Amino acid sequence: MRITRKVEFSASHVCAHPGLSPEENLRTYGPGANPHGHGHNYVLEVVLDGEPDPVTGMIVDLKDVKTILNRKVVEPFDHRHLNREVPPFDRVVPTVENVAVEIWNRLAPEFEGTAARLALVRLFETEDLYVEYAGAAN
Amino acid sequence: MIHLTRRYRFSASHRLHSPHLTVEQNRETFGKCDNPHGHGHNYKLEVTVAGAVDPKLGRVADLSELDRVVHAAAISALDHRNLNAELEEFSGEMVPTTENLAAVIRQRLLVNWPSSLPRLHRLRIFETRNNIFEIEEKI
Repeated sequence: MRITRKVEFSASHVCAHPGLSPEENLRTYGPGANPHGHGHNYVLEVVLDGEPDPVTGMIVDLKDVKTILNRKVVEPFDHRHLNREVPPFDRVVPTVENVAVEIWNRLAPEFEGTAARLALVRLFETEDLYVEYAGAAN
Repeated sequence: MIHLTRRYRFSASHRLHSPHLTVEQNRETFGKCDNPHGHGHNYKLEVTVAGAVDPKLGRVADLSELDRVVHAAAISALDHRNLNAELEEFSGEMVPTTENLAAVIRQRLLVNWPSSLPRLHRLRIFETRNNIFEIEEKI
């Protein structure tokens, strides 16, 4: 069975690669390359996989999930400039793809050895754009 | 491997009516969707692509290219149109249900899909907030 918890954070970023010229960055990333940055209300859905405990009827204690999501994602990402304040985005372009992969890498170890396995992260950059990532093995 | 989904919108009208059924059978089968004057929806179309993240650019697809392909192949032919009267695929016997519309859009996308984009993974059409149709590509 799968259970999904949603959290939101607001952050700014610049999508530009230092190896490309300003014109190439503008061509590649469009308005996302604006050097002054811009922001989004990101919505993160974290999908966990497990079986309900026969006694509690719960796959996982959602308080624990909330604590992990706050500590590993919301606190470091919310109201931050990703390129300037959240490594590795000082050297990795903070596209929605790369932000999702980074979130997966931060969260997956937290669920190792627990009853719930991290199955998927789904990150919405806007209502009309999202990515889904289930780890490098998938 | 990462899945990226982009959502598009189009507004269109249709009438669900099969030439193989009688007036009564059509009414019975399609209910109010058989209204001869047609009716419309604000459709949402989700297009999901699957591929690897380019290590340099940090992205799986060029969104402006994806937008261009989806608009040229599908949205431009659908938005503010009457599906029965204006879409070639529905000029014959095929009823413009959203099941059939999903198949039509899939076909139009695949025919026009450039090699510069990662593979098409899934289409999802919201006819209304509560009616959702999906086609997933088999690898």
